[in-house]
Amino acid sequence: CVLVWCFSQVKGAVDDDVAEADIISTVEFNHSGELLATGDKGGRVVIFQQEQENKTQSHSRGEYNVYSTFQSHEPEFDYLKSLEIEEKINKIRWLPQKNAAQFLLSTNDKTIKLWKISERDKRPEGYNLKEEDGRYRDPTTVTTLRVPVFRPMDLMVEASPRRIFANAHTYHINSISINSDYETYLSADDLRINLWHLEITDRSFNIVDIKPANMEELTEVITAAEFHPNSCSTFVYSSSKGTIRLCDMRASALCDRHSKLFEEPEDPSNRSFFSEIISSISDVKFSHSGRYMMTRDYLSVKIWDLNMENRPVETYQVLGENHFECCWNGSDSIVMTGSYNNFFRMFDRNSKRDITLEASRENNKPRTVLKPRKVCASGKRKKDEISVDSLDFNKKILHTAWHPKENIIAVATTNNLYIFQDKMN
Amino acid sequence: MGEEEGLHQTQLLDTMFVRGLKRKCFDGEEDIEGTLAGIKAVPSYNLQRQSLLDMSLVKLQLCHMLVEPNLCRSVLIANTVRQIQEEMTQDGTWQMINAQNTGQASLDRLVSTDILCRSSGDQAEGKHVPAYGTFNKDFESDQAQDGSETMSTASSVQAPRNLQSNMWEEMENPQENKGNFQKSLDQIFETLENKSPNSVEDLFSEVDNSYYDLDTMLTGMMTNTKMGHCDSLETFSSPTNTASNSNCKSDLNDLDHIVEILVES
Repeated sequence: CVLVWCFSQVKGAVDDDVAEADIISTVEFNHSGELLATGDKGGRVVIFQQEQENKTQSHSRGEYNVYSTFQSHEPEFDYLKSLEIEEKINKIRWLPQKNAAQFLLSTNDKTIKLWKISERDKRPEGYNLKEEDGRYRDPTTVTTLRVPVFRPMDLMVEASPRRIFANAHTYHINSISINSDYETYLSADDLRINLWHLEITDRSFNIVDIKPANMEELTEVITAAEFHPNSCSTFVYSSSKGTIRLCDMRASALCDRHSKLFEEPEDPSNRSFFSEIISSISDVKFSHSGRYMMTRDYLSVKIWDLNMENRPVETYQVLGENHFECCWNGSDSIVMTGSYNNFFRMFDRNSKRDITLEASRENNKPRTVLKPRKVCASGKRKKDEISVDSLDFNKKILHTAWHPKENIIAVATTNNLYIFQDKMN
Repeated sequence: MGEEEGLHQTQLLDTMFVRGLKRKCFDGEEDIEGTLAGIKAVPSYNLQRQSLLDMSLVKLQLCHMLVEPNLCRSVLIANTVRQIQEEMTQDGTWQMINAQNTGQASLDRLVSTDILCRSSGDQAEGKHVPAYGTFNKDFESDQAQDGSETMSTASSVQAPRNLQSNMWEEMENPQENKGNFQKSLDQIFETLENKSPNSVEDLFSEVDNSYYDLDTMLTGMMTNTKMGHCDSLETFSSPTNTASNSNCKSDLNDLDHIVEILVES
């Protein structure tokens, strides 16, 4: 059944006057779920860390507290085109942890950066030639020698850029995805997809190019791309025409010919002026198992079986526009997507039940159970329902993330990050 | 889920789309839901379509003017424009519009907003003016490559495509023409400024955010923009659309009313 959800935390400024730089533009849990990263329009990354579970407080999981904040991207100016390049973080993707440090990729419209986030909780003390404050000692005053030792210090979390992958995209980067080989990753813009090696910054391989020879003929752009979670040669990309193409890099160097094309035939009776626009896919995500993928378009969330190209296996109607993201829970049984009025929706694939919830500061006592919301047709409003006319279309939940293992979700309104968890016991 | 929610979804879908049934009405077939609405819907379909076309063309122009066009948005608008034009070509309405105009004039008339017409005064002086004819002057090299003389012979269907190619080529070429745009731009941007470039709802409802209410959306299109719809309607009224010739303001109100009926039904 669809779980019962409780408020856990909210991060961000309380006031309604939102600074543009604080608008959250991406949310992503790391592979263990211990870390939660957000990117904003000002080019900053804020990482939250889950507290170790308090054994006495068995009825709630650890809280997320700020772990590290750093400026990932700065605004740049492209002198050749007289264009400013926004510092807004479009996507963050975590690498799986290999050693004590954490690594993530963050990208704006043009440049991808690999960041290393490491902890420092010791520092060397007892240098012979330096004072503790760093000033050099007069060598003539040194009469004895000692071996410097490490002493504990307050935890310091440092973020340093280890790789900068630049100058490979003419158009705006909309997706990055790390391959299951953990050595390569792809970056996609409106017309091209490039393959990178994490160690090599001066070179990337173009694997998809849909730019027509004559730009007059451009009718379709790439909207999202993702590597398959298990198969390191397989990736998908979605388009503004509502198609998803699955490509196999073993087939050829340039994957312009898809291995599979997923497209639902259009119902001719539904054709309208807006057909072109509403079929555009805003997000595509593989299930954790790799058997299914989910797409988000204007009016629906669709689940596709990779073995069936001609139509989705499940379709869930949802209000939205073309930049809402969607995500899976850890067991691939529930999918979630954001909507207007700070609502977000979950669909249980097994029971076919769904729930609409709201991210609002009104419910912000910890462990407050969220009341399901109902949106009704205009003019037929019952008590406690919200008429579709009174939805606030300015309050959008574009970015949502689900903890990979537990029922903890992070939901971003314009400038606040809400964390909810399921009601335990 | 509640059937209610399913119901309102259907209602929203219905209200969002200009139904195929309206086209059937136009062709004179029988199955009309709600006869009054059906009959009245005949002119409104063309009005809506025309309004949408005008607005899309303006937006395409704006995309070009913006410092950094959003390619996805531009492509979606351009596809919508193309779709409408193809439909109008099939309907025969496109030919009729062309027949009324001659050569270059047809290009100018495609973009029939107050602002753009106002800037026709600038057409004499500078090359940085938002009209198809002069656009193409700016990009002579592109035109030479295209091999088409948009000033005289290009069909009006061609023009948006050239505009698109110019616009997209712009993304790769240095931006030169900003200065003289500013005056007309400021006014356009007041109403049509795209605050969140990625939101498709802004395509058709800048100030008004209730995209899913077709009624409000179309009202928004007609009142919030400075498009000078009256001008455009008089210019483009198709012969089949006799209602609009008389008093366009009341027709817009009719359109509102019709849409409201549809929304409620």
